[in-house]
Amino acid sequence: MPNTFELIASSTVGSGGAASIDFTSIPSTFTDLAVYIAVRGSASAGRGYVNASINGVTTNRTWRWLVGYDSNLVSSASGTNDTFGSIPCATATASTFSNVMGYFPNYASSNNKSFSVDSTAENNSASTWMNFLLAGLWSNSSAISSLSFYPDSGTFVQYSTAYLYGVKNA
Amino acid sequence: MPNNPTRIEINCETGVESIIELTDAEVAELAYQAELAAEKKAEEEAQAQANAAAKAALLDRLGITADEAKLLLA
Repeated sequence: MPNTFELIASSTVGSGGAASIDFTSIPSTFTDLAVYIAVRGSASAGRGYVNASINGVTTNRTWRWLVGYDSNLVSSASGTNDTFGSIPCATATASTFSNVMGYFPNYASSNNKSFSVDSTAENNSASTWMNFLLAGLWSNSSAISSLSFYPDSGTFVQYSTAYLYGVKNA
Repeated sequence: MPNNPTRIEINCETGVESIIELTDAEVAELAYQAELAAEKKAEEEAQAQANAAAKAALLDRLGITADEAKLLLA
């Protein structure tokens, strides 16, 4: 890890849970952004998704993924929604949290913003699990100044965490 | 204690973390999104089951096993 990898901000969800974790006023002084999300959803399901909005919007997004879930392995056509990572939910193995790593290179440039995600839902189950690699694009020339992460259903439970890092290439 | 769910907002310039109660409209949107998520999961499961059934039918028609099909594609 380069010594220019710097923690910008982090958050741990308290006892009441949280509907989202929002990083605002992200400085544009780094080259790339990296986010590490270890969360668990409250929805009564084995797995769910952590979704993301960029600068408060979910539009102009496309992505493709290589996803393994249950007994399936799929390289899927492009999605257009706000899917970002996979997370364990209420019926997944107790006290397990997601392992979602997202990377946003050149997030402050005036070009469209690509991003990639490596995601594991963490569930000791043969029938309800999900891992994927996702390549996404946000077609917008604005610098990324805010990132919000939220479950597709329910809330994030206590002890869920999100860490946002800035990376400089020099 | 807030009545509605809360969200966490971290201002990266100041480092200040705020716990903000969702408005009723945001709670309604949350419920709507949960419904959409449930529909999406149901579609995924139905698609996976359809794919598995189509795959099994094709293998049956060809008279080969899944492992033999993998060998053909290797």
